[in-house]
Amino acid sequence: MSSNTDFLLAIEDLTVSFDGFKAIEGLSFYMDKNELRVVIGPNGAGKTTLLDLICGKTRATEGSIKFKGKELTRMSEHRIVWEGVGRKFQNPSIYEGLTVFDNLEASYPRGRGVFGALAFKRDEEVVERIRQVAREIQLDDKLEQEAGLLSHGQKQWLEIGMLLIQDPELLLLDEPVAGMSLSERLETAQLLKTIAKGRSVVVIEHDMAFVKSLGGKVTVLHQGKILAEGAMEALQQDRRVIDVYLGH
Amino acid sequence: MIKLPGFLRGRHGGPLGILILAAVLLVAMPALLDLYRLNLAGRYLTYAFVAVGLVLCWGYGGILSLGQGIFFGVGGYAMAMFLKLEASDPESTRIQTTPGIPDFMDWNRITELPWFWVPFESLAFTLVAVLVLPAAFAFVIGYAMFKRRVSGVYFAIITQALAVVLTILIVGQQGYTGGINGITDLRTLKGWDIRDESAQYLFYYLNAVLLIGCVLLGRWVLNGKYGRILTALRDREDRVRFSGYDVADFKIFIFCLAAFMSGIGGAMFTLQVGFMSPSFVGIVPSIEFVIFAAVGGRLSLLGGVYGALLVSYAKTLFAEAYPQLWQVMIGTVFILVVLVLPYGLASVYQRYGKRVLSRLKGSRRAPPPPPSSLPQDSATEGRR
Repeated sequence: MSSNTDFLLAIEDLTVSFDGFKAIEGLSFYMDKNELRVVIGPNGAGKTTLLDLICGKTRATEGSIKFKGKELTRMSEHRIVWEGVGRKFQNPSIYEGLTVFDNLEASYPRGRGVFGALAFKRDEEVVERIRQVAREIQLDDKLEQEAGLLSHGQKQWLEIGMLLIQDPELLLLDEPVAGMSLSERLETAQLLKTIAKGRSVVVIEHDMAFVKSLGGKVTVLHQGKILAEGAMEALQQDRRVIDVYLGH
Repeated sequence: MIKLPGFLRGRHGGPLGILILAAVLLVAMPALLDLYRLNLAGRYLTYAFVAVGLVLCWGYGGILSLGQGIFFGVGGYAMAMFLKLEASDPESTRIQTTPGIPDFMDWNRITELPWFWVPFESLAFTLVAVLVLPAAFAFVIGYAMFKRRVSGVYFAIITQALAVVLTILIVGQQGYTGGINGITDLRTLKGWDIRDESAQYLFYYLNAVLLIGCVLLGRWVLNGKYGRILTALRDREDRVRFSGYDVADFKIFIFCLAAFMSGIGGAMFTLQVGFMSPSFVGIVPSIEFVIFAAVGGRLSLLGGVYGALLVSYAKTLFAEAYPQLWQVMIGTVFILVVLVLPYGLASVYQRYGKRVLSRLKGSRRAPPPPPSSLPQDSATEGRR
């Protein structure tokens, strides 16, 4: 096996079992720098569990996850974030009572300790960075609006923005277009392509049209294992993939 | 997730509330109340320190502690130990078997001052202990629990259990702690009689100023980034954790801050009332503290102060007349507040009081904003 350090993310022989049920079994998964990867698979295939394992929400039973050569399986969640891994949850997870601006500021990567947060000053640099990210997620005219009043799609973008502001090297997105309208989906696809420049992104997705529009390599998970990997066009011809997931 | 109107979210902007509080505490009450009543009010205000701390850690941090009596007690006992040692000089205790130690030790056949009492002969050490010990206790409890992700009801139950444990310890170790009677008969502070009139007035004012200081400190903490992260983690702990924050550290800090304030309250209680006993440490006082914060408004620092004053005053009025009924009444009040006014008296003031105030000022330009616009206009004020 080649050296881990060539990859941004190298997962090897990863297994996690919940009371004997193996949600992920002997999985190996590699990602290059600046790669956009889509993970698909039927319900219960272990897609979300895989992201949970990378970001530390779930702990591995066996195996290793190396990010830039550092072992993540025993690192605490906030340290993993500091290393440069950003995680978006499936349901928009934002602070609904705070304004869009405050939401973005709450993720700003300065003042992360208790005393740092107490001493935190909202200076020009912070405001400029927040405006820049807000433009990227098209919320720059809604900075003072309460986040709870945003549309569903805008909430999803806001959460993506909260990750962007930390400038992570690896972004984990769990079904970012779930519940979005068609036009929102198109805009999100565009947004993800922009985001993917200069960083690696893992996207879990069910919408095949959306997956195709993203391009990039696709990994098919099935029962906690990798069933197939490759370009979407090739996978659509793959017998096993059609059987378990795509259907006839 | 709870969606709050803006005024309840910690940006209680202007200085008006603080000025009113200062006027009430420093001018109105000393002018209107005789010394006995003022001393009583001063005693209630020592509970307000705990209530303000609870607004911070329960209201904003979502950490319900049913053991704040622990920290009130630690601060109070630290001060009482110093005063007791001063009251137990060999001259005034010469009839004891062992002169120079507190009377209750002598009664329990202890012949030597226990080691943990010795440092309390120093006033400087005592003052540091009052400020540091409660927070240190809170740090140990908080570290043990929050790092293991104990939260919610479990945390509440454990803090309550700890309050019981401390009470039992104090009551059981009579020779070292004064037992159920507590530490009584405190007279002087560095030779200055703490029971005379001028001392009582001085302590009242000192107490009021320290309390206003705690409210301002609480405001400062809430208005910055820390305050927003605190509220955020109350509602979406995972999002905060996966935004790169060590959630446990943030909880430990606010729990320690609440304990720090409670300890000051306890020490001021000892100074003004002249004794400290386990009845201010256990479950009943700890729950009363929570009721003060709930009645005043658990998202309002100022509400905590008024809640402590009003409920304690009501307790004095009713408990004297109907001691059996009091517990039932306070329970009923608590249930009513939770059901009808989840944000306590502070929300009543915000809804009606401000309207009245603006009418009094004769300003027609400030009609009450429609509820939906409340969040925005408060979001821009009081930031730093």
